[in-house]
Amino acid sequence: MQLEYFQMVDRITELDLDGRRIETSCQVPENSPIFEGHFPGHPILPGVLMIETMAQTGGWLVLSLQRFARMPFLMQVEKAKMRSFVEPGRLLSGEATLQHDGSGYAVIQGTIRADGKKVAEAEIRYGVVPFPNDTLRGIMLENARRIGVPETLFHAE
Amino acid sequence: MASTFDTVAGIIADTCDIEREKITPESHAINDLGIDSLDFLDVAFAIDKAFGIKMPLETWMQDVNEGKVSTDEYFVMKNLCANIDKLVAAKTA
Repeated sequence: MQLEYFQMVDRITELDLDGRRIETSCQVPENSPIFEGHFPGHPILPGVLMIETMAQTGGWLVLSLQRFARMPFLMQVEKAKMRSFVEPGRLLSGEATLQHDGSGYAVIQGTIRADGKKVAEAEIRYGVVPFPNDTLRGIMLENARRIGVPETLFHAE
Repeated sequence: MASTFDTVAGIIADTCDIEREKITPESHAINDLGIDSLDFLDVAFAIDKAFGIKMPLETWMQDVNEGKVSTDEYFVMKNLCANIDKLVAAKTA
């Protein structure tokens, strides 16, 4: 994770487009200015960043299903639950399954696990729209390559 | 079996916390019932799931933005329900 850059996903560990499911690996850093404030003497990953991790995990699934033609933006979070504290240095695994592919929107069910135990879950809804510019699309493709999205998915069928 | 209108009105009443009695076949979802775009996302998701369809919202909005039709065509309740019925019929055809 690069918390200060809001990059929560390190790697895609499984991408099943037919099954509309993704798994990701997200390493919580040992140190970050975020932990200095949240909280002094009791550093824990903020709950909203667990939601962001689930949103990004699902976001990569939506991007891959769209063949990177359109960008998902977080619009709504339902029934988010943060079940356990997550300390610096923990290795998290994200999972998202597509619940619905609507016109201009998508819905995923996200989960985060640490040592196989569920630490957070939420239903995440995205607005899915054309990329606002080529710069963003280019950056998303670069990030996609870095985290292991297959090159074949970068070109619309 | 509930009519399309009853199902959709029920969804809107529950999702947007609007009194069921206020929703009539002539009600305009945005202008009369005050449903905003984010609430309509909730409504669209619930409708898509309830009827097993995918309402082509983007195409509808494009038609409106290009001036081909007014918002009445898709957002007045009786018209919305007629469009839903068409999508359901196309699914089973």
